[in-house]
Amino acid sequence: MNSPLARHPLVQLTLLRFREFVREPEAVFWALIFPILLATGLGVAFRGGSTGPVNVAVTSAELARAMDGQGALAPEVLDTGAALDALRAGRVLLVVERDAHGEVVFRYDESNPEARAARMAVNEALQVAAGRVDPVSVRDDLWRETGSRYIDFLIPGLVGMGIMGNAIWGLGFAIVDARRRKLMKRIIATPMPRHLFLGSFLAWRMLLLPVEVGVPVVFGALAFGVPVRGGMVDLVVISVVGSLAFAAIGLLIASRAKTIEAVSGLMNFVMLPMWVLSGVFFSAERFPDAMQPFIAILPLSALIDALRSSMLQGVPLTGVGTELAILGAWTVSCFAVALRIFRWR
Amino acid sequence: MSRASSTPALRVQGLRKAFQDVHAVNGIDFEVRPGECFGLLGPNGAGKTTTIEICEGLTPADSGVVEVLGLRWETHAAELRQRLGIQLQETQLAEKLTVLETLELFRSFFRQGPSAAEALALVQLEEKRNARVGGLSGGQKQRLALACALVGDPALLFLDEPTTGLDPQARRQLWDLIDQFKRDGRTILLTTHYMDEAQQLCERVAIMDHGRIIAHGTPRELIASIGVEHVVAFATDRPVALAPLEAISGVKAVRTAADRVELQVTELHTCVPALLAEVDRQGLRLTSLTTHSATLEDVFVSLTGRHLRDE
Repeated sequence: MNSPLARHPLVQLTLLRFREFVREPEAVFWALIFPILLATGLGVAFRGGSTGPVNVAVTSAELARAMDGQGALAPEVLDTGAALDALRAGRVLLVVERDAHGEVVFRYDESNPEARAARMAVNEALQVAAGRVDPVSVRDDLWRETGSRYIDFLIPGLVGMGIMGNAIWGLGFAIVDARRRKLMKRIIATPMPRHLFLGSFLAWRMLLLPVEVGVPVVFGALAFGVPVRGGMVDLVVISVVGSLAFAAIGLLIASRAKTIEAVSGLMNFVMLPMWVLSGVFFSAERFPDAMQPFIAILPLSALIDALRSSMLQGVPLTGVGTELAILGAWTVSCFAVALRIFRWR
Repeated sequence: MSRASSTPALRVQGLRKAFQDVHAVNGIDFEVRPGECFGLLGPNGAGKTTTIEICEGLTPADSGVVEVLGLRWETHAAELRQRLGIQLQETQLAEKLTVLETLELFRSFFRQGPSAAEALALVQLEEKRNARVGGLSGGQKQRLALACALVGDPALLFLDEPTTGLDPQARRQLWDLIDQFKRDGRTILLTTHYMDEAQQLCERVAIMDHGRIIAHGTPRELIASIGVEHVVAFATDRPVALAPLEAISGVKAVRTAADRVELQVTELHTCVPALLAEVDRQGLRLTSLTTHSATLEDVFVSLTGRHLRDE
């Protein structure tokens, strides 16, 4: 600790952030390890690779025979009660039975696209087995584009969620903890310039950013071939802009709270709607049109939209100007309010 | 630290501070002279911490004058922060840092002063330099807090209840350190609710109660002012009649505490035999008898009718 740089208060305060982080194993787990586990789990569950045969239940061997030779279908012969149980439990997508008049009945959930596809496939097999001859000859030419699979959709979502969580938790807990234990009051009783205390949080955010963004992106690229079509520079710019916005929001959340309980409640109150609405795990377009303008101005929506456009479609920064402007507006307004109402003790 | 000794290290005049409708500090005046250890002594809630935090520039006063090292907070805050050493009541330093890292952090805030390792030596904590703060004992944490107050080589030290909650051995160790700081020529303002601490460490003491200073002077002067040399405390198997005790020559006051009776007396060698004779005359049996020389505690009792630590 002899170099003048190491004796600068900003360096020492940033070292404090670093040491508090790496010496808290839980923090490292939630910030860095958990996103990988989540991506692995979801990536395996929704892998775009060879989709297995479609499970359907049939109530007679005659119906099952009609589906033989159709590799895409895996019929299972069950009595009616067991077949309905399997349908309820989600083990089969469709129950096929013949009623008293000899008519074939399909039971399925018509709101489930996979069940609708299964119904069409089974119907096709039954009609062909009964002698239908198709007038048009067709063949399949299969190809799968990276960038359109679920894992491609998911990784930018996890990156955005990580940036939000790490910034808000990182600032919220550390600031309120320092206030609660009167460490903040003790520090402002020294000649330390106050802006350096807050500056150290931003410096630490920027230092951790390559890790918290890099870990899921590199993992996605290596394990699933998730692309970064917009390039690393654009990814860095979008991540930095996003991280600043959430640091400002974290600072605002932590500006007055005196207990960990209070700040935890506030953080969840702020983050929960975005986890649901901002399209981390599924497209935000599933929500009603009336909600879309509101969803679009949420900072996590803007960040994730920008990340997806850049990483998956290679859209240049000029193409995500609106999203970056939304994030910038959150940064400026939250910092302005937070610095005005911040309580140092 | 050979500053013009005519300038007080700290001058407080007509200081007032109210929180909502409670007058925490209700018009107090005192001066701390360069090189002395000045004590604010009083029970919890007397206004000691509010007073010291106003002097530290952490709490604004409602009215009154505070001059620290000849400077005012309104005009010279940055300069004052460099020259003061502050130890707050109940600060918990970052538990994940080591002792040395904590001192390097605090040292980085000051222009000049001892190195982190030198500050560690000042509080005799060298063997803990690489220990995590969270693993230190109460006394060690308090010594680290003192070291944090020393890294700017301060001319004036503010210590707010430095030994509260420590065991007797750790307290004595801390007293030795504070004694050493005095010998190094530092000026100290300390608050405490331990009369023995004030008596041991302070050249001069101001006794506070309900936001006011009710007496001040050297411990010797204060004790002499109540005109009592000794206190005799005793207990009997059945209640004793108090009136005859007050009549004993040399007894200044009689107080009953929970399980005992206290006599404030001028002369031990006449009062104790007279007390024994009186107990005997009332047909009672003495179950305990102790005497001590009058202390600041007795000053507080005779001024307020209460003990410092009536809980």
